[in-house]
Amino acid sequence: MSPFSALRVAGLLARRGVAVNISVRAAHGHEISKQEDMSLPMYWDRKDTPLPDIPFQKALTADQQSLKQKELGSWKNLSEEEKIALYRLAFNQTFAEMKKPTQEWKTVVGGVLIFIGLTGLVVWWQRVFVLPPQPHTLKEDWLAAQAKRMIDMRINPVEGFSSSWDYEKNQWKK
Amino acid sequence: MSAGTLAKPAMRGLLGKRLRFHLAVAFTLSLAAAAGFKFSVTEPRKQAYAEFYKNYDAMKEFEAMREAGVFQSVRPKGQ
Repeated sequence: MSPFSALRVAGLLARRGVAVNISVRAAHGHEISKQEDMSLPMYWDRKDTPLPDIPFQKALTADQQSLKQKELGSWKNLSEEEKIALYRLAFNQTFAEMKKPTQEWKTVVGGVLIFIGLTGLVVWWQRVFVLPPQPHTLKEDWLAAQAKRMIDMRINPVEGFSSSWDYEKNQWKK
Repeated sequence: MSAGTLAKPAMRGLLGKRLRFHLAVAFTLSLAAAAGFKFSVTEPRKQAYAEFYKNYDAMKEFEAMREAGVFQSVRPKGQ
């Protein structure tokens, strides 16, 4: 796996809040890359799964472990910082952080418009170099004769084509 | 924890409440759409047909079409 695609995968997973255990193989790579074990419960920051299967931090330092011991007692003894630290051990992002709007839509819209523009250029080239000449039935004089015949036949005289023609004055209705 | 306590959120009847609200909205919008279509499309169309056929002379139209030469069974008078 090239270093760039590995970086991009790690970036995508990090944005999803997964406890990333992937270490990117360096370009001069002597490091081993470890894959996340997909058969075990994983941590996800998701609005529709507010309580993920596992806590965010599984491996705790000594300080964090003593804090977890303190959590087993009465919570009234915990200070504000300790409560927030315990929250951050269990969760990566708060709901507010999860819901924060990204500016991704601008990239998406921009990319879409760029590709539509490129497609327009391709279509123009095709019009010049690929498409055959238009059929003679689309020439102006043919279309005029066609319209005259439709009027003579009273095509859709109530609400449609011939209803716009003034048969008295022999012209289109104003 | 925060100083005050929050009110307990609604725990039951959420789907029923949503359905009652959206059912009313759906009914109203459907009726409005039907009424709008009736009065903007079907009534004007019925009027247009009534107007067209009020003074419609089929034979006169036929003779005009015949002179224009659109029929295969009758050619214009004079041919």
